[in-house]
Amino acid sequence: MNRLSTYLYRRPRLLLAALLVPPLVWFVVIYLGALGAMLINSFYALDSFTGQVVRTFTLKTYAKLLDPINVQIFARTTIMALCVTAACILIAFPLAYYIARFASPRLKTFLYLAVTLPLWSSYVVRVYSWKLILAQEGIVSWFTRLVHLDGLLQLYLGLPVVGGPSLAVSMTGIFIVFVYIWLPYMVLPIQSALERVPKSLIEASGDLGANPGQTFRNVILPLALPGVVAGSIFTFSLTLGDFIVPSLFGSSSFFIGKAVLTYQGTSGNIPLAAAFTMGPIIIMIAYLLIARKLGAFNAL
Amino acid sequence: MDAAGRFVRVGMADSAIAFEGVSRHFGEVRAVDDVTLDVRDGEFFSMLGPSGSGKTTCLRLIAGFERPTSGRIVLYGQDVSSLPPYERPVNTVFQDYALFPHMTVGQNIAYGLMIKKVPGQERNKRVDEMLDMVQLPGLATRKPSQLSGGQRQRVALARALINHPRVLLLDEPLGALDLKLRQQMQVELKNLQRRVGITFVFVTHDQEEALTMSDRIAVFSRGKVEQIGTPADVYEHPATPFVAGFVGTSNLIEGEMARRITGSESRFSIRPEKIHLSSRQKEPEADTFFADGRVRDVVYLGLYTRYLVELDGGGDLVVVEQNLRSTSMDVMRARGQDVRLVWNKEHVRYVGS
Amino acid sequence: MPSKVKRAAPMDSAPWSIKVAAGAALLFLHIPLWLIFLYSFTTEQSAYSFPPPGFTLKWIPQALANPEMQTSLLLTLRVAALATLLALILGTLAAAAVYRYDFFGKEAISFMLVLPLALPGIVTGISMRSAMSLMDIPFSFWTIVIGHATFCVVTVYNNVLARFRRSSGSIVEASMDLGANGFQTFWHVVMPDLATALLAGGILAFSLSFDEVIVTTFTSGQQQTLPIWLYSQMLKPRNRPITNVTAMLVVLATVLPILLAQRLIGRSTGETTDQS
Repeated sequence: MNRLSTYLYRRPRLLLAALLVPPLVWFVVIYLGALGAMLINSFYALDSFTGQVVRTFTLKTYAKLLDPINVQIFARTTIMALCVTAACILIAFPLAYYIARFASPRLKTFLYLAVTLPLWSSYVVRVYSWKLILAQEGIVSWFTRLVHLDGLLQLYLGLPVVGGPSLAVSMTGIFIVFVYIWLPYMVLPIQSALERVPKSLIEASGDLGANPGQTFRNVILPLALPGVVAGSIFTFSLTLGDFIVPSLFGSSSFFIGKAVLTYQGTSGNIPLAAAFTMGPIIIMIAYLLIARKLGAFNAL
Repeated sequence: MDAAGRFVRVGMADSAIAFEGVSRHFGEVRAVDDVTLDVRDGEFFSMLGPSGSGKTTCLRLIAGFERPTSGRIVLYGQDVSSLPPYERPVNTVFQDYALFPHMTVGQNIAYGLMIKKVPGQERNKRVDEMLDMVQLPGLATRKPSQLSGGQRQRVALARALINHPRVLLLDEPLGALDLKLRQQMQVELKNLQRRVGITFVFVTHDQEEALTMSDRIAVFSRGKVEQIGTPADVYEHPATPFVAGFVGTSNLIEGEMARRITGSESRFSIRPEKIHLSSRQKEPEADTFFADGRVRDVVYLGLYTRYLVELDGGGDLVVVEQNLRSTSMDVMRARGQDVRLVWNKEHVRYVGS
Repeated sequence: MPSKVKRAAPMDSAPWSIKVAAGAALLFLHIPLWLIFLYSFTTEQSAYSFPPPGFTLKWIPQALANPEMQTSLLLTLRVAALATLLALILGTLAAAAVYRYDFFGKEAISFMLVLPLALPGIVTGISMRSAMSLMDIPFSFWTIVIGHATFCVVTVYNNVLARFRRSSGSIVEASMDLGANGFQTFWHVVMPDLATALLAGGILAFSLSFDEVIVTTFTSGQQQTLPIWLYSQMLKPRNRPITNVTAMLVVLATVLPILLAQRLIGRSTGETTDQS
């Protein structure tokens, strides 16, 4: 045993290789390899007659993305992602602000736990809970009936785009659930960025004559921006790729995630699914580059 | 040093550690640059120098945590240059004590024995003996986090000594202790070494500490050994300007100024306590040198007073005098006065470049 | 034990508008889960009408006895256990390499390990699916495990690396100085030091795997893990009460270990080698 240890001790490079090679090989081969496989697949095409994937290089599959239906899918998903992100920012900011600035250390730990706990409880269950809440006989309906806003709800559901047969099957429903699910991902980076604002800056601003509102606008908000951008990376990217929520709460209109799932599943059209996935990837890369410029990575 | 000389050196009966042209490079940086030295069996040997001088790297070379880029390290006649630390008869007391946090004090101390598969009962007995020796009886079941700094240091000592190493290495072990505790530990360590009788190699940047405890000191600078000698040697006969300046205050004079005082332009150093303040009216005695100047600054330090005297003709000399009869009021009055500095010729040390 | 005295910073109190907004956000986050718990006990069959007509415990044994639930639960546990084991090994190896050595591409390692979690699930899912299609690999238990292990590695890696960075480097040297070779040092000194980090990382990895739906959908074919089974049940109103109970149990199964892991991480921060 001693001999083996000394052998390795004298050859630090060998020990490094022994440590690094297994995880490296795993990741390069399995993960990066899979990413590569996806990229390759996006350049193949599905032969609609045989239902087989034809393994020759072609841009036909990408061309399919330009079909109006598919463009609509992209647009629909992207707009939803933007709305969800905006709503998350609005709801998360006061909470993050409170935790960062006003909570005592004990309360802070408790609140931090309170925000992360939902994150760690099952994603599927959290989505499911809204199915119960938004259902016809669920708590929201009960509430609207209680305050006699039933008519208003029906009116709202009659609106195009945002409405639908019921809250549980509508864009609004999808929107609400998305906001709910991703909210902690927005709270945490904002809170982290706000905590990094030194108290002395706020005091200096006050000392120089600014009232609290001005201090907030001119000092705190700009410094919290990286946190906001960081959080938006999560909400945006997660919404772009999700298929569970639209499936449970949406009608037949597709979102990117649903499209990808369907194409690779029933039709076996993996090339199209892969090409579709490249969409969110490219959108996210662009988003990440912009975010990096705005300093968001410091807040992660 | 010829081949025959080298052979004799390695075979020398009382050589504990020998460095033969040892260098340790980190890329461009020469942390240890062609060092040759010899530590005798049973002595308290200090390696003294500022940060980055190579002394700690040399210690780590002895312990085995670093391997020499060139040269040989010989322990009691055996070339250990490529032996890992666990195969060397050497133990180390680390600067941050490096106690294992998840083990009790007793388990920490017994660690070396446990590895060598010494049976439990004997381990416990020897642990208790060690705890008594470092004056921490009964603390075997505590955890390191429950001990004070001074206690942790003793546990680190015990953990090393229990293995009966032939050499004990100490890496600035007293750095984290406050002054009083440090001075107390200096005395204790010295006594411990005498009692146990093994070779101690002690790294420090504190020259006073080295002078207090060592049988011999190696003064390091920039990876090289500037001088090796007894404390008296190093202090009274500094071999280089660096040693003169690092060990005690140097008061180096050279060039035109030196010629005016001693008659020769050779650089010399004179220790502050060897200089007396006198008046310009008094005739200097025979066998003394003198220099005239004005007292620029006076620092009263209780036991003694330190004067900074600006010499006519340029340069400063630092003078230190005990406050045998003077009070702080008396000495402060010296500020701004013209004085004559006088010292014995024999106290002058000519320093090579 | 030395105590730290903190200068009490005066906490301004928040304007009530912020308090209300913050409170509302918190309630928004938590009420849905509480409702699941509530609905697990309702007497009503369709199990979501509000207010619940009555309370009963009868759904719980029914849910536990459901054979589909049991199969999927078993599968989920097996996958999570294996994925966690792989993640522990790979994550610790990578963390050790990154901590101790400098090498070309070191920063890229951390980035690469976090990618499976950072990129949307469908990307990982479709990538694996593409690889399986290209290489004609069929769906199997192992395709699920490999997918899970890949995104679990980073949780172990981060925890172990953080622990390495907090521990004193000299204890490894001290151990070797006292006569222990590399393997003995690893066993007696390094492992106990890492124990809490491994446990915390492992628990997080287990929870991550237990709950995962998106990548699993792409790599599992016909088999259903528990979350996938739940998802399929959501579209069937008949078994609502059973779904509710299962959902509640799943929440408990994922939340409690996480709380435990947080405790472990918190406790180990106070137990490092320090010098006075």
